[in-house]
Amino acid sequence: MSATASTSTSASVDSSIEELSKSFAFATKLDDLVAWGRKNSLWPMPYGTACCGIELMSVMGPKYDLARFGAEVVRFSPRQADLLLVAGTITEKMAPVLVHIYQQMLEPKYVLSMGACASSGGFYRAYHVLQGIDRVVPVDVFVPGCPPTPEAVLDGIMALQKMIAEHKPRPWKDNWKVPQYDKLG
Amino acid sequence: MTSLDKASDKTPGATQTGSSPTSTPPVVNSGISKNLESLKNGLGQFYGKKVADYAFRTSFNDDVIEVAKEEVGNVLRYLKNESQFDFLMDVCGADYPDRKQRFEVVYHLFNSKNYQRVRVKAKLAENESVETATKIWQGANFFEREAFDMFGIKFEGHKNLTRILTHHQFVGHPLRKDYDADRQQHCSTALPVHFEPDPTWNPAGRNLVPLNIGPAHPATHGTLRVMAELDGETVARANVELGFLHRCFEKMAETHPYNQVIPYTDRLNYCSAPLNNVAYCKTVERMLGVTIPPKAQAMRVILSELSRIIDHFVCIGANAVDLGALTGFFHLFTYREKVYSLFEKLCGARLTVSLTRVGGMAQDAPQGWYQDVLQTCKEIREGIDDLDTLLTGNKIWIQRTQNVGKISAEKAIAWGYTGPCLRATGVPLDLRKATPYYGYDQLDFDIPVGTNGDVFERYLVRVEEMRQSLKIIEQVCKNIPEGDYTIRDRGIVLPEKKDVYGNIEGLMNHFMLVIKGLRPPVGEIYDATEAGNGELGFYLVSDGSGRPYRLKVRPPCFAIYQSFYEQITGGPVADVIAILGSMNLIAGELDR
Repeated sequence: MSATASTSTSASVDSSIEELSKSFAFATKLDDLVAWGRKNSLWPMPYGTACCGIELMSVMGPKYDLARFGAEVVRFSPRQADLLLVAGTITEKMAPVLVHIYQQMLEPKYVLSMGACASSGGFYRAYHVLQGIDRVVPVDVFVPGCPPTPEAVLDGIMALQKMIAEHKPRPWKDNWKVPQYDKLG
Repeated sequence: MTSLDKASDKTPGATQTGSSPTSTPPVVNSGISKNLESLKNGLGQFYGKKVADYAFRTSFNDDVIEVAKEEVGNVLRYLKNESQFDFLMDVCGADYPDRKQRFEVVYHLFNSKNYQRVRVKAKLAENESVETATKIWQGANFFEREAFDMFGIKFEGHKNLTRILTHHQFVGHPLRKDYDADRQQHCSTALPVHFEPDPTWNPAGRNLVPLNIGPAHPATHGTLRVMAELDGETVARANVELGFLHRCFEKMAETHPYNQVIPYTDRLNYCSAPLNNVAYCKTVERMLGVTIPPKAQAMRVILSELSRIIDHFVCIGANAVDLGALTGFFHLFTYREKVYSLFEKLCGARLTVSLTRVGGMAQDAPQGWYQDVLQTCKEIREGIDDLDTLLTGNKIWIQRTQNVGKISAEKAIAWGYTGPCLRATGVPLDLRKATPYYGYDQLDFDIPVGTNGDVFERYLVRVEEMRQSLKIIEQVCKNIPEGDYTIRDRGIVLPEKKDVYGNIEGLMNHFMLVIKGLRPPVGEIYDATEAGNGELGFYLVSDGSGRPYRLKVRPPCFAIYQSFYEQITGGPVADVIAILGSMNLIAGELDR
């Protein structure tokens, strides 16, 4: 896609369409254009807490290189990120911190849960482990594995990109409320 | 590598005196080891008649002294001052609800001169307390807080006996036997910035600014929380909060069969998972009294050393990133990926490999694997040389790390330092040399040491250790022993799949072992190996059933982290990050 794309949405005059089609321009919807930009410039905040965090380093590292998918700029401030990559076990002690971080992110924001622990508590059915981060924050993509291979994480990112491109409704996100810890069960 | 099969690895199970965890063990003073005999005589001369009340035992080759709770302080002082047990490796609790005095406090001491170990135990009833060991060893601090958190054991005179691993809203003590493993308690808030109580603290006349770093801060590697008060750029006082990754390893171990604990051990120090597998299996094997075949030993050595290298990669890489040198991280991860490929070839997993089993290895190495290892070693060696040119002579790196976080050998020992951080202070303690296992005594390698223990020397020690590890791997790989990769004891190791599906004996064997589990004899044991961060110990109590009755990990970085507040106080805030990175704090191991 070329740089002229941004001007193409205003091209509604019939006579000029013919002209335009000879150049590198094309017509699209503004929403699609924005979604295209969003999906290809995700700014991830790596929330690595455990083993998955080490695999996430591999995802960012030279061999797998997440930057190829547009997620080049890793941000450690939630205010500058739009994708929260939760990589690793979230304990009961960490849960309020995670919610706090999520609340500080600006819209639009997405959450990817990497690995079994983040997704469900994994094999830690234990007194101090949160049984899945979806109890406290809305999750868009779950990536299975313990830890998932970097390929699986890339697959998860691509699934999220598809979701963004297709404007998929996200009721879990829209209906999300700040968790009531006494009602978590 | 011909005599990998070391006699010292064999456990004379006959010396076991039978201490049932559910009943009071009989006082047996016969058949104790020579070392313990001399300790007994020494204690007798020092304390006179009182010693008659102590119980001395040697079980599974471990020396044990059982004393009344009032005597704990005296005995520990004697052992430290008169018998040169300079390291307090571990303090932990254990719960035996059927006993009148349900709790036990267990101390593990180590003498770095003659490598002798001794275990001191005392019984406690609920609401009883024992004298704190923090006045004898500073390094008892976190361990006693943990015993309080997990069991509710009180230590008299401890300055800050508060919860350390579970969250502040937690009610009860989770490692007690009457606490269900899956009973979660939610936490709704994070604690504000707080400090340990200190009566000498006087902020008068200073304009102090509180600073909170973590637990979700890039330089805290995930889950560490550092709290400080700054006087300008200088840290006036500091504190740390742990437990953000407390995943209940010890409770999980109590609720799983022995072999199913192995995947949990992977996730202790996840930067070097095989080292934990090996340490745990070695402990159980020693208790079972089996020696694994030479080939399995060789494979474990290769895996351990590869893990040590990639552990140091993460430590150095992350330390450099935190100080602004991103190149090192990317460079080292290239080589880390190569080791992952080796693991993948061996077992299919990259990070959490779980490929040891009690009794040996899960499977044999595929054809040509050792050649691949040798080839990778060659590449890693070049990678380390590149790292050397990148960092070792680098002006910025030197200025940021030299004379930062200096610590003396005496202080380091008092805090319970082991591993590269201790060796950087000049103490040449490495369990691979001190109490060799798996044929390390047959291999040619050196123990690099530093002089002043600062961040730069910790780095140098790690770099040299990687080179030594490569040397070890190459020696082992060129001389792989013939034979089986596991023992074939039907009560310990599952039969091969072809036998399970191919004949009735194999099928029955498989069924019985899965249903019953492998069952070590009743007793308790402490075993340690040299992991990436230092002494990784497992204290295992068996009640003869298919699951560990109690499994305590002695995590090396837990002890080191205690000294962190002291290391950063008085220095500039920028050094906090340098020191934090050099300690190689792996949350999985720290918080378990």
